[in-house]
Amino acid sequence: MFQPSDFDRAAVRARAEQFRHQVARRLDGSLTEDEFKPLRLMNGLYLQLHAYMLRVAIPYGTIEARQMRQLAKIADAWDRGYGHFTTRQNIQFNWPKLIDVPDMIDALADVGMHAIQTSGNAIRNTTTDAFAGAAADEIADPRPYAELIRQWSTDHPEFQFLPRKFKIAINGAEADRAAIRAHDVGLQLVERDGEIGFQVFVGGGLGRTPMIGKEIRSFLPAVDLLPYLESIVAAWNLAGRRDNKYKARIKITVHELGIDTFSEMVEAEFPARRAAFKGADQAILADLKAQFAPPALPARESESFDTALNVDALLRDWAARSVSPHHNPDYGVVTVSLKDHGAPPGDATSDQMRLLADLAERYGQSELRISHEQNVILPHIAKADLPALFEALRKGGLATANIGLTSDIIACPGMDYCALATARSIPLAQQISTHFRDLGLEQEIGALKIKISGCINACGHHHLGHIGILGLDRAGVENYQITLGGDATETMALGERAGPGFAYTEVIPALERLLRAYLELRESATESFLDALRRLGPDPFKEALYAEAQRHAAQ
Amino acid sequence: MSKKFIPGVISANDLREGHVVYMNDAGQWVLRLKDAAFLDDPVIADMWLDLANAQPEKVVGAYLAPATLGPDGPEPAHFREAFRASGPSIELPHNTLAGS
Repeated sequence: MFQPSDFDRAAVRARAEQFRHQVARRLDGSLTEDEFKPLRLMNGLYLQLHAYMLRVAIPYGTIEARQMRQLAKIADAWDRGYGHFTTRQNIQFNWPKLIDVPDMIDALADVGMHAIQTSGNAIRNTTTDAFAGAAADEIADPRPYAELIRQWSTDHPEFQFLPRKFKIAINGAEADRAAIRAHDVGLQLVERDGEIGFQVFVGGGLGRTPMIGKEIRSFLPAVDLLPYLESIVAAWNLAGRRDNKYKARIKITVHELGIDTFSEMVEAEFPARRAAFKGADQAILADLKAQFAPPALPARESESFDTALNVDALLRDWAARSVSPHHNPDYGVVTVSLKDHGAPPGDATSDQMRLLADLAERYGQSELRISHEQNVILPHIAKADLPALFEALRKGGLATANIGLTSDIIACPGMDYCALATARSIPLAQQISTHFRDLGLEQEIGALKIKISGCINACGHHHLGHIGILGLDRAGVENYQITLGGDATETMALGERAGPGFAYTEVIPALERLLRAYLELRESATESFLDALRRLGPDPFKEALYAEAQRHAAQ
Repeated sequence: MSKKFIPGVISANDLREGHVVYMNDAGQWVLRLKDAAFLDDPVIADMWLDLANAQPEKVVGAYLAPATLGPDGPEPAHFREAFRASGPSIELPHNTLAGS
């Protein structure tokens, strides 16, 4: 298991101490808010609608049991007993007091964690497949590369004042579980003639100008990863617009220049950058690969699991939704839903965090992951242990069998927390999840991705939802636009706006019309909502969404 | 063209604790919107905002929050201000922090 070096630990401690002094100087009036704000943002501390918010880095979503337990302790000691896992595989505490934040950061440092570069115009946490190192369809484990990127990008002197934030995602499996082409740089691990390398995409992103990343290299040898990334960021740092924050992302630069021109800029930069890398990065990578080596998983019989499946319908339903293939056939990758019906998506109480830590220690090599879909993954669970794991999760209220279904909704914090939000997200997600369960339609509807954002910045990835919901402020009233046909996977697509928005109370009736229409229109029970939409086009679905308005117009 | 003046109250976040505060008739920071001073004169509102911004040791991000005057004092004139005044519209998983 990867462990931060003594250098990393010392750097994190030094940064915590530095920030403690900065907070003290703000509180005693030595620093104005204008002076303090960039400093607190560099340490992941925002001031939101009702309180400060501390965003803690969980690099590539990988976390140990003892770290999860420490997050629970922090939630209890300095917050309100819960935390919110985000689409960027981080955790946010929504209620800290400024005076307590230095103690929180010290507590994080005690377990090698921090909040550095979780905000600001720097290279953010590199995200990846939450099944990394375990999935049956994996080409190579992306985490050593993600950690190498983290070490390279943290406090990189050239990239501390970029035109805007910069997000890298990396995927190592055949299925894209990291939404790589929705990032500034997306890296897909590929194998060519026995050599591992990367297919590189650039200029993707969501927000007010959503774009799918464009391929800039079909194969980048793995040895060239850092100098090539450095060339991309350097080219954008030079050409990226700083006159307009809404046009400062690399997607705009690539779009305005064209991928060919931008590629020429990168390739012009690349030889000198590559020459400057003398091999230290490869030595570090070799060490990281050893640290991320798969855990020694003892052979375990799985017949008892098969027997239990035959007699326990609840276990069968849960396993069908929550257990994914592991590269070791005796094991499974377990996704624990943080989307119990009616619960805020991605929230976990401190008790739930402790339970997850306990179960990871007992059954799962002490490893946990945070998925970009706001769930928690136990990556190495012996099938023989699944019945006991399920029972423990069930007792802790964490065994909702809804992964991939209507209620497995991504939702940003929205106006219940976020200062940027223009409408609420969470209560809508809560109502949707309970509504379709209560109708008894959730299982019948089957695979469906609903994603909700409370503003145009798209933290809830609404553009990538099979059904996307964007909350806006229309003349002082919450209004929700629906998009159809988004897809976050290797067949990535941006959803198309269906038509006029809906008032808060109109959204669920509209979704019910839409999904009932889908059930009528699909060819068979195995044709998903997205497949039916792609086969039929959006028109019949739009008709269903707006049927009520059309009926009123005709009267 | 200057922005149209909308009556309201001076609101901000408390520096130390982060919670929402309002300025009352005595120039003190209070927790309840209905205890805030209602400002319907743009010149006076500007003066009060200057007064708020002169207290960086107490508050962050002071601004004139749109409000109307109801029978019990100021009321939020926008749903965002309603949420700021009353807290999240959802039940929190825990609510254990004393005094929160």
